[in-house]
Parts: sequence; structure tokens; C-alpha cells
Amino acid sequence: MMADAYDLVVIGAGPAGMAAAATACTAGARVLVLDDQSTPGGQIYRAVENAGNWESNVLGPDYIAGKANVRTFRDSRVEYRAGAVVWQVTGSREIGYSYQGQAQIIRPRSLILATGAMERPMPIPGWTLPGVMTAGAAQTLLKSSALAAEGALFAGSGPLLYLIAYQYLKAGLHVEAIVDTTPRHNRWRALPHLPGALLNWQMLNKGRKWISEIRALGTPILKGAGELRVLGDEVAEGLAWRRHSGAWQEVSSSHVFLHQGVVPNINLSMAAGLQHDWDAIQICWRPRCDDWGRGSCDKIFIAGDGAGVGGAAAAHAAGRIAAIGALSDLGLISQGDRDREARGWRAVMRREMSFRPFLDAWFRPPDQLRVPDDENTTVCRCEELTLKDIRDAIAIGLNNPNSVKSFCRSGMGPCQGRFCGLTLQEIIARDTGRAPGEVGYYRLRPPIKPVPLNELANIEFDPVQQNDRI
Amino acid sequence: MFKRADGNANVEITFEFEGQTVTARRGDSIAAALLAADEIVFRSTSERRRPRGPFCMMGICFDCLVIINGEPNQQACQARAVNGMSVRRQIGAATLSADEEGANDG
Amino acid sequence: MIVGGGIHGCSAALHLAMRGHSVIVLEKDYVARHASGVNAGGVRRLGRDLAEVPIAQAAWQYWREIRALVDDDCGYRPSRYLKVARTESDLANIRRRVQELRALGFEHEEVVDRETVREFLPAAGDHCLGALHVDGDGSALPFRTTRAFMLRAQQLGARFFENTRVNEIARTDGIWKATTSSGVFEAPVIVNAAGAWSGDLAARLGDDVPVIAHAPMLMITARMPAFVTPVVGVFNGTLSFKQFDNGTVLIGGGARGTAYPETDETELNFGGMGAVLRTAKDVFPIMAKANIVRTWAGIEGYLPDNLPVIGPGTMDGVVHVCGFSAHGFQLAPAVGGIVADLVTGSRPDLRIEPFRVDRFNSVREQ
Repeated sequence: MMADAYDLVVIGAGPAGMAAAATACTAGARVLVLDDQSTPGGQIYRAVENAGNWESNVLGPDYIAGKANVRTFRDSRVEYRAGAVVWQVTGSREIGYSYQGQAQIIRPRSLILATGAMERPMPIPGWTLPGVMTAGAAQTLLKSSALAAEGALFAGSGPLLYLIAYQYLKAGLHVEAIVDTTPRHNRWRALPHLPGALLNWQMLNKGRKWISEIRALGTPILKGAGELRVLGDEVAEGLAWRRHSGAWQEVSSSHVFLHQGVVPNINLSMAAGLQHDWDAIQICWRPRCDDWGRGSCDKIFIAGDGAGVGGAAAAHAAGRIAAIGALSDLGLISQGDRDREARGWRAVMRREMSFRPFLDAWFRPPDQLRVPDDENTTVCRCEELTLKDIRDAIAIGLNNPNSVKSFCRSGMGPCQGRFCGLTLQEIIARDTGRAPGEVGYYRLRPPIKPVPLNELANIEFDPVQQNDRI
Repeated sequence: MFKRADGNANVEITFEFEGQTVTARRGDSIAAALLAADEIVFRSTSERRRPRGPFCMMGICFDCLVIINGEPNQQACQARAVNGMSVRRQIGAATLSADEEGANDG
Repeated sequence: MIVGGGIHGCSAALHLAMRGHSVIVLEKDYVARHASGVNAGGVRRLGRDLAEVPIAQAAWQYWREIRALVDDDCGYRPSRYLKVARTESDLANIRRRVQELRALGFEHEEVVDRETVREFLPAAGDHCLGALHVDGDGSALPFRTTRAFMLRAQQLGARFFENTRVNEIARTDGIWKATTSSGVFEAPVIVNAAGAWSGDLAARLGDDVPVIAHAPMLMITARMPAFVTPVVGVFNGTLSFKQFDNGTVLIGGGARGTAYPETDETELNFGGMGAVLRTAKDVFPIMAKANIVRTWAGIEGYLPDNLPVIGPGTMDGVVHVCGFSAHGFQLAPAVGGIVADLVTGSRPDLRIEPFRVDRFNSVREQ
């Protein structure tokens, strides 16, 4: 039950996790990988292992490039538990997870969190209706099951929105429209970062190519949308949109895919008690880490989009760097070797991250799509709370996410605030006149995903459990 | 309507949803198979009885909860379609045992 | 001047404000941040130490009219409390307890047999032989209740200062002066309602109140259809078990995490929860299918004899109300009245001798 036999546990088998695990395992460390999906790849390389020609054609070379990552991961013969759901990490590296119907606790000598990112919430009226999904969901369905929706609408902002629409068109589907909410004034903000973007001109070109092919196929790209609402009472029937104080326009569809960027999925890192900082540019929380990925608790590293969104190549490099750092901290390689091996990966990270400031500025989501204006908009999906419900709590003097949560239950549902936390934080900031970073976030505790009572009941109580909290 | 964009009409798995037969491909989640069968309402909420369906498809929104083989609160997007499974919509709060199936108001 | 914005601080503030006195409450975080906001919300007379029974009875009268008191129903749901006996010896203990209480004139507790248990708890297992029963016990929502007391007290003129930590305290010419992060406050009487932190404050006020901070753990499930209305406990096991209106089931029972009162943090211990969950499954077999969605642990102050301190301090102008050892919530509406009496110099109607502050250093008590 309580074994500390592993040198390293890696949580997450996306690009960062796979790279970290393969690196450490190949260097001779005893490594265990825990991932909740049935095959490796994370979100971006989902189902890539068995991808064939059709996938290559539709999903593109960047996706297929993931095959090599998975191959290196498999070839390393690292111990890998697919379908393992981690529900707890403590500051002293006790990992609680469920695997094949049993809850277990292990404590490795070091730990790398590589749990990736999630979609930023986009709370618009009607976003909880069946038929509304995220752009990431559309990608998952395409990758795992070759499923795509006919006559879909894609709404929001960001490269992923255009990528998935492009992939749909390559797959021969009719896309009803792309409703683009990217504010025009963002381009002025983005201009100073153009040099960094130009260094990554291939990426810029790729984006331009998607857009021009989308246009060439006649898909309407409706720009400057400032407000959105999903149409329909019981299921999604389309989208209404308008520019600022313009007339509402409507587009019909049973399938609306929303996207306004991705943010680190910080539930595990926060529940572990790691320090986090508010990133006002990326409008999200990030775990505080040094340039090896070391977090604020001893021998816990964070790598990949879960530390800060940077994309697959940056995640891969970060995974390598964290593993190298961990190997050195464990005394398995010398500091000299460590620094030497990391050098090349740091160059990769620098190059990948040089593109980010431009992207972050250009695609910064507009205020009114992060904090709704319509008081009937659902803010907490799990507990069915609207903006009005939240405002009622603030009105009686509750001015931080935890007191609002204690009072009206926001964030108490199974998603543990993943889809309402940022929205709530910004609502409170706006309504109480404070900076979002000052307002703070939900106090997160394990289990970070629901655990069957039966499994927890059968965990043995270890009477000599020590908490060597720092 | 979701369709198989690769034109591959393979049916490898069949299971039951609300008494009807649903087909699936190997590797499909329950959610994917149901979407392919044009089912988008998977459950209704506890407080306001509002319809919900899959949203994030990555196991973190918990909107795709269904009852699989009598077990409530199963995330359809995380459960693999398996031959012979019996899947039902979760109406309101979860049921606890076979005796309570169909019992309702929770 | 009340230090501590938990339920006891807020109740004292309300009672004092109701009597027209000027009151301030100094709370280092936000009201109901700690134990008062995150406990199991038990509104229970059952199983009390004999010394507490009259206070619990008095409190119950307030709970029955809670909406009139604080203009909020506080999520209060009276039903019944059943403490289940699973063995013959547990049953014998229950009978002895009830006899003892009856002899002292208390009638609220009774023994019920197996059939009655089955009637009240249809989902319970067959091996429950009987139970200690109090009709009318139930639960409320602790955060909401505490905030309701605060809001009503504010309406009556009490002032609350949150994010206000007392850094220094001194008495000159009959006035206590508190230097805090929000400025200086003065009052002739200071009330120590500082929960897990009351030991430190007591020491600065010249008394030895050996409060130790612990972190009792609670777990809550996903929503389920209603299957149990009473609040349930067991003998010879740790369990407190209740289902809320929204269908979620709260499971507690004293398994402890680790409290860090210096940093307002607690750490959970999942290994320790195993026993409580096994008991829950034993009493209610269908809980085996439940999912635990959240766990937490607040920071509570415990005293060695498991009874609170309610009473004047050694020095003039000091009243202590603390150390409720995880069972203070139900008592609060009445205790606030006792504290108001002590502050204003009148003699409380309820007997508080067992709760006196000097009992820890008294040789007689050994």
C-alpha cells in the first residue's frame, strides 16, 4: 500500500508526460506513469498510436508527428498504468489514485505533474444546452472515433477554432459558419510582439493557410462578434451573435462548438498545496516553478501546458527538462550532465515560447465573454447557478470565491470549479473593484475527481503515516 | 447529426441505450457512440431538471453522466463501449440500487 | 469587543445587540471561515454531556424559532437523531444512559427497538438492534447559519471587522485596547470566542485555556435520491451521517486530518477515512455505490475534558467562550445569551459552573 519504491511518478501521458517518463526511464530511474486515458497521447495526440492515412490527411502532419513521441514512450518500456485516475497529490508526494477498481496510495521519491490544459470557460446564455460542446470535444470525437457533426458552428477565438474547422473541411463536412469573437483592437496589443511571432513564421503561415482554405471553400467567417447566445430551449438550435450594439444575427445549427483558448488545468497542483501565481496576460493561474519545473514543494515538478500553455513542442521540451532536473535532484545524474543535456531542450522551449506573447495578445478573449452581462447566464454548470445567484451572494457581503462557494454551492459540484472558477473570480473582481489576482481562487481539496466510496473504504489506514509538510 | 467522416461503417460493438440497440466501433466511448446515434441528451439535472449532454469530452465537465449496467454517475466520455452494456439516462440525482430504478424523485 | 467571528462570536454579538449594547466583532479571516462554516451542522441534543443538556434544551427552543431570531431559516431541518446500536452491549449502554437522564428529569432521549429503527431508517442494515433516539434533532447549514447571525446582529447595530487580526492587547484603566491589522479598538469587556486560536488569546488575557487544534474530516457524496431523513450516528464506531435536501450525503465522525492553525491550513488523511466509510457502508449497505465528491477538514479547538469554557476570566472584563470540541454548533443560540449575561454583569439562568475557566489548574479537579 504505502510503497516508496519509485524514483519518479509521472502523472499524465501527453507530450510532456511521455517525454519525461521516457527520459527518466531510459536513464535508469524506476518510473511509473499514471494516466486516466486508455492510450497515451494526452489531448493533442489522442488516439495517434493507431492513426492511419485518413487521419494523416484530415488531421495533418502536426498530429501525426505525435506517433514518434508515443513510439519513444512505448520503447522506453516504462511502467505505465492506463486508466489510472489520480484523485490526490499531497505536498509530500503522496499520490492517491484509483486503478482497476481499487484505491491506492503511493509515495515516490519525486513526482512530475503533466496534467495539461483545459478549455477556458465561455459562459454565454445557453452554453449548457445539449448540442453545445467545446472545440476540444470536436477534436476528440474526430481523433478517437472519426466522428464529425454536419453543418456545425464554431464560435470563439483562437488557433484551435480555425484548426478544427479546417480539419472538418478536409474531412469533407459542411461547416455552417465560424463566428469569430477576436476583438479587433487586440491587434494593436499584439503588434509589439510581432518579432517573436515572425521567428515562428511557419506557424503564422499555417494559420493563414487554414483561413484561406476555409474561405476558398465558402465557409462564412463572421468576424467581430461581441456577444453570443445559443438558441434553443431544450437543445441547441443555433447561435445568435452581434457586433457591439449592432443587430442580432442568427445562424442555425444543432451543433455549436465553443472555444476561447486553453488554460492550465490546475486542480491537482492546487489541491496538492503548490503555490500558484495569477498570470494577468494569460488570464489564468499557473503553478510557480523554476526553470527546471520545480514547484514549491520538494521534488514535485510541473511540466507542459499544466505549468503554462505553450503547445506540444514546448510541452515535450519541458517534460525532458523536468525529468533531467528530477534525475539530478535524485542524484542519478550529475549537475554537469544535467545542465548539458538540458541545454538543447531549453533552446527548443525558448523558440516555442517566443510565439506565445503574440498569440496571447492577439487572441485575448474579450471581457464580456469571460464575465457574462446577462444575469440569467449559467455560471456554475454543476450546481446550476446563474450570474444573478452569484451576485446575490456578493450583495450580502461575501467577497471571495470561498465564502461565495460556502454560501451558494458554486464550485461544489463534481467538476470542482474547472468550468466556473475563473468566471467566478472575475465576477467578484469586477463587482468588488479588485484585481483578479487579489481575489484568489477556490480552495481545492482532494479528491480532485469523484472516487467511489467503496474504494476509499478499502484503503488501509496507515497508523504511522507521517506528514513531512514543508 | 454526427457522421463517421472516414466513411468506415464498421459495426463492431452493440449495446443498449434506453432499451434501443446502439452500434459502436472499437475504441468508441459510450458518448461517441451515442452521438453517432444522434442522441445528445444524456441526463437531466437535479435542481431544475434541465437536459444535459456531453460538453468537454475529456472527463472534466461531468455533464455526460449516464447509468451503465445499473451504476450511476458514469462519465459516458470515459467509459468504453462494450458489447452488451445497458446504458440509461440519469434523470435528476443518481439511483442507488436496482430496486430504485424508475423511482424518482430525488 | 468580541474576538472571533465564528458562530459563538456572532451569537454573542446578536444577543448583545438585541439588548441594545454596542458590540464589535474582530475576525482574522472572514466570518465562518473556520470550524463554524465547515462543520457537519448537527443540531443535536442527543448524547450530550450532562452538564450541557440544559443548555442544549434551551438552544433547541431557539432553533425551533430560528427564523424569528435571525430572519433566515438557516437550512434548519428538524427530524430525529438516531444513534444506532449494533451489539447487545451497546443496547445495554443506551438503556443505562436513558435511565440516568430520566432520573435527572430529562426526557428528550429514548430507546427505540429494532423495528422502530427499521421504520425510521428503511435503508439501514438488519443488524441494527436498536437506537438512542431524539425526536426533533436534525441539522442546519453551518456557513449560512453563522452568516445569518452576523447579518441580523449587523442590522441591530453590531459592527464586524473581517481580515482583522489582533496583534496586541492590553488593559489600562479598565479598558481593553486591541491593536489590530485594521487599527485600534477599545472596549471595557473582551470576549474570547477565538475557536482554535482561543488558547493563545486566553494566555494574553491571563488565563490558561489549554485548547488544542484538530482537523476533523468530513466527506460529501454526489447527489442521491432521498433515502434517509434522520441524522445517524453509531455506538462503537465513528460515524455521523446525514442527507441534505439536495440529496448529497455528508459523512463524518471524527477521523482527523492534521491542523496547522498558524497557517489556517489542514491536511487530509485518506487512510484515516477508511474506518468511517466502512462503518457508513455497514449501517447503510447501499452507500457502497456512492461517490465521494469532496472532502475537507476545518480547524476546531478541543479541550482535554471535551467540554467548553464558558465563563468570566480571572481578570476583570474578560469572558471566555471557546473550546467546544466539535459539538458547539447546536448550543450557540443559547450560549450567546449566556455570554451577553456575563458581559453585562447579570447572572446567567443556566448553570455554567462545569465550564469555568480555572478548572484546568484547579487541584481539586484532579
